[in-house]
Amino acid sequence: MSAAQWRNAMNSGAASARPAPLATPVAEPLAHGELPSWLQRLGRHIGVRHVVVLLALLLYPAVANSFFTFQIGAQSLALGLVALSLTFLGGYGGMVSLAQMTVAGLAGYLVAIFGSSSLAAISLGWPWWLAVAFAIVLATLFATAVGWLSVRTEGIYTIMITLAIGVAFFYLAQQNYTLFNGFQGFNKIFPPKVLGIDFRAATPFYYLTLACALAGYFFVKLLVRAPFGVALQGVRDNPRRMHSLGFNVTAHRVAAYAVAGLLAAVGGVLLVWYNNRISPGSMNTGAMINILVIAVLGGMNRPIGAFVGALVFVLLQNFAIDLVSRERFNLVIGGVFLAIVLFSPNGLVGIWTQLRARLGARKAIHTPRRQQ
Amino acid sequence: MSRNQKLATWLVLGLPIAALSLWAIADNARLYFTTLLNSLTLASLYFLVASGFTLVFGLMRNVNLAHGSLYLFGAYVGWMVGEQTGSWVLAVVAGFLSAAVVGLLLQVVIFRHMQGQDLRQTLVTIGIAIVLADLMLWIWGAEIYTFDPPAWIYGSTALPLVEKFPTYRIAVLVGAIAIGLGLWWFLARTRVGMMIRAGVDDRGMLAASGINVQLVFAVTFAIGAGMAGLAGVVGGSALSISPGEDTRYLLASLVVVIVGGMGSVGGAAIGALLIGLAEQFGLAYAPTYSVVFTFVIMVLALAFRPRGIMGRPA
Repeated sequence: MSAAQWRNAMNSGAASARPAPLATPVAEPLAHGELPSWLQRLGRHIGVRHVVVLLALLLYPAVANSFFTFQIGAQSLALGLVALSLTFLGGYGGMVSLAQMTVAGLAGYLVAIFGSSSLAAISLGWPWWLAVAFAIVLATLFATAVGWLSVRTEGIYTIMITLAIGVAFFYLAQQNYTLFNGFQGFNKIFPPKVLGIDFRAATPFYYLTLACALAGYFFVKLLVRAPFGVALQGVRDNPRRMHSLGFNVTAHRVAAYAVAGLLAAVGGVLLVWYNNRISPGSMNTGAMINILVIAVLGGMNRPIGAFVGALVFVLLQNFAIDLVSRERFNLVIGGVFLAIVLFSPNGLVGIWTQLRARLGARKAIHTPRRQQ
Repeated sequence: MSRNQKLATWLVLGLPIAALSLWAIADNARLYFTTLLNSLTLASLYFLVASGFTLVFGLMRNVNLAHGSLYLFGAYVGWMVGEQTGSWVLAVVAGFLSAAVVGLLLQVVIFRHMQGQDLRQTLVTIGIAIVLADLMLWIWGAEIYTFDPPAWIYGSTALPLVEKFPTYRIAVLVGAIAIGLGLWWFLARTRVGMMIRAGVDDRGMLAASGINVQLVFAVTFAIGAGMAGLAGVVGGSALSISPGEDTRYLLASLVVVIVGGMGSVGGAAIGALLIGLAEQFGLAYAPTYSVVFTFVIMVLALAFRPRGIMGRPA
């Protein structure tokens, strides 16, 4: 097996599928009443569907009750952000890390340790912004260290070493009482009150997660078209060639881990505020694999896949229980996951693009046929 | 690495360990040797599970993340057969066969159709592991099962320094060594073993020499899966069977194989020994950080030999 082969097997050319439209800086004379060119260029990238989705997301709390706003909406967005970090790393960097939930969990723990929780003996009680800043920075550093370690390996080895790192951290958190409070973890970690807005309420918290999710989404969207992102995709597709072109392959990969770590850390802070608690169970093997399930379910070759996957996952988690008994949830999610992996390698988003291609949509996307 | 560097590495790693061991023996010899024997028992179990795992990977480049599920499945079936017939040997056979059949089914139904798509195979096995874990929870519930080893190795043996040690655990150690040697003999001296080794090195050339590669794959997968099931019964008699053991043994085999080197049975033995020692000594002397030791070993192994101790460039 070559590294390129398995990468192809995984993301059937995220980059080649969508050649980034080169911005053509042709200065067109402004006709009367026309918009400035940068706005036009922006307009060309924003379709009707973007506006509809954005409006729907913004108006969602107005039509949904607080259960749907908080439990479904906010949770999907927060989980989606963690999954987005994996999508970025896996889809664009070709490195599938199972430790993203660990990074998120570490950020959550650090918020509890630096900020305030029910455990006054451990929590330092710093103001929320300082605690969050430290948590995100330290978790990102941790992710960078994980990356530095795992870029020595390739493909499946990466999955295994990140899985092992994640589990080692899980056991560390479970067995350490002085810092992580062992099995119990931390309780009563509440989102802050800022400028009179109480983020403990459903709607403000939903908008907070939405803002973070949108920021993360557009950050990834822009980054993969920036020189760094393009180089990263080059490294994914052919590290040797990139190396001989003078790119520092290792540095690009480690940097990708750092960026993904940042996204996961933000998601982790949101998740700990969402749950109001953190314990080793939040980042055990099941939780780590859930993130992979979410990312694969949605489709790893587009950033939106992470959020689609998260929404489907959260919906299944909440409503599959009504169809089957609570204990059989894993059977349902495992079965859905298996079906998606077996029949649509690009996830739900892949099904969508296939459908569009079949219906002859104008912007039909040609995905290279995978070798059977 | 030059000879001096190698020597330096051994000294840097070996001297502190030797010093600590001497201190531990002087402090409490019985604890030290009991821990040592426990480590060897655990290492035997890990070797049994990991050797099947590494065999399957070595030939098919397929990381079967459902390997832990096969362990648990073999254990459950073995337990049922053992309860029905009262024969432990039959339980072991049933554990081996049931897991081998499931492995064979997986190979024929799923992996054969996605040859070379490693990541997809990995994802599929994760899905299978989730589904199997839930099915087993459904069938056998969340109870903890233990079953008794046969009467003739039940009880304890008096050993110098340790006083009493369960005979069964010594038998597990001896059995693992025997199975390891058997596996080595099978791979090194038989025709099928030769084909498997050839497949590890060059799959395409093996197929071109007119050998039915699919059959070799199926046989290897069945043996690898069967080893997991066998280990399930052995482990279920030494320790216990409960939901969650599947992940535990999957992770153990992952770490063992990362440290020892993918696709090498000898590497699996070395890795299992290191991890078994690290886990048990960690548990005995520094319980809070026992898992961290395992992790440190993995990091060290990867830092110096990214493909594992016995790993070769692919």
